[in-house]
Amino acid sequence: MRRQKGHPVRLTSLKHKVSTVCMIVLVCCTVFAAASEFQDRMATVGPGEFHSVIPEGEKNEVIDVPGFLLDRRPVTNREFLDFSDDNPQWQRSNAFRLFVDASYLSHWLTATELGPNVAEDQPVIHVSWFAATAYCEALGARLPRWYEWEYAAAADATRADARDDPLWRQQILNWYATPGSKPLSFVGQRTANFYGVHDLHGLVWEWVDDYNALLVSDDNREQGGADKIKFCGAGAISMERKEDYAVLMRVAMLSSLEAAYTTRNLGFRCAADILEGTQ
Amino acid sequence: MKTHCMYVALFGLAISIGASGYASELPETSIYHLDVKLTDQYGTAQSLDTFRGHPVVISMFYATCPNVCPVLISTIQMMERKLPADKLAQLRVILVSVDPEIDTPEILNRVAIRHRIDLDRWKLTRASPRDVRKIAALLSVKYRQLPDGEFNHTSVLTLVDNEGVVRAKSTKIPGIDESFFQAVNGIE
Repeated sequence: MRRQKGHPVRLTSLKHKVSTVCMIVLVCCTVFAAASEFQDRMATVGPGEFHSVIPEGEKNEVIDVPGFLLDRRPVTNREFLDFSDDNPQWQRSNAFRLFVDASYLSHWLTATELGPNVAEDQPVIHVSWFAATAYCEALGARLPRWYEWEYAAAADATRADARDDPLWRQQILNWYATPGSKPLSFVGQRTANFYGVHDLHGLVWEWVDDYNALLVSDDNREQGGADKIKFCGAGAISMERKEDYAVLMRVAMLSSLEAAYTTRNLGFRCAADILEGTQ
Repeated sequence: MKTHCMYVALFGLAISIGASGYASELPETSIYHLDVKLTDQYGTAQSLDTFRGHPVVISMFYATCPNVCPVLISTIQMMERKLPADKLAQLRVILVSVDPEIDTPEILNRVAIRHRIDLDRWKLTRASPRDVRKIAALLSVKYRQLPDGEFNHTSVLTLVDNEGVVRAKSTKIPGIDESFFQAVNGIE
């Protein structure tokens, strides 16, 4: 009798144990699957702190950047074609005008073919913020935030922050001075930076998740009343580190965009959080 | 075989949902194509098209905002007082918080009470940070969190028609933007 009573109890606790182990295995597998899935395409960047060209508040405080994963290369035409094949609502013939403007993927021959003038390994361009966001979300990732992008882009091949080196700054500016009419190079052709990330400078502009957090005032002389009304809380942000001309150009460009805009030199790459227990 | 039948059944179900779901009939430019979840001041979850069939004024704010947001609310209310009764009865208002961490339904409800907001026609809502970013992108609202927890954000009023197509925008706050008011008053 006692045995009969005890038996089900033991069974239940065994069941509990089995299900707990299963849960742990399942959770671990999911976490590792996510980490290894991105390991092929993403590099680990940070954690660290730095001075951004855009201070968070009114003073030029140090910005903390938690560690994150970042695509080693910009997303290519081939990768985006695979995505739009799998998600026809993002083909150029189907995508809603709400999310993409009229020149969305207009460099491709058709909605499903790149054509002879577009290489698979060139970075994809003519993509809107909504389309780029949808691509990254389909991977289980996201677009990098501005501070993440800027932090990763501060590195040269050997230093995490090379921005105080005038030679490095000049090199970046030289890249930007290359005529825009030349065909885009393939991704990953330039030397990887300190983190193993390619092409942050010199290939295409890139969307960031919080492009619409870049509240740059149209006119820096505009202070007080009008600004205070337009922006709740403090006024528009002012830009720091004026010698980082190339990065400031990016901020100015990104802050002028609407989410459906596409242009022939604007692409993107994806990023992801580092999941706890994988690093 | 059993699985086969299930797939066929699921496929049939998908088709019937596709056919009966009125989303497919929306104009291409309707903002209701954006798939986001809003939670209102009562904690009720809904999609962006919750007021489909009515003209809607949509804007973004946050509850603890010291200056502009109370002005934003009173600007819309001022405009409502100028509307003829039949137009007012039709009009709906959705405010989406840029601060979902702080702005719980309880806090949003308190804001509604403080400003004597007509909750039969207004919804004060929050969404996930990801959805907030998308809604702001859709409405051309810029916002960023400051180190002290406050937010910078632009104040944009957007008027959409019965089907979610944008008809007018205004950044003029405070005071009534006459052309925006005419658009609200003239919408069918």
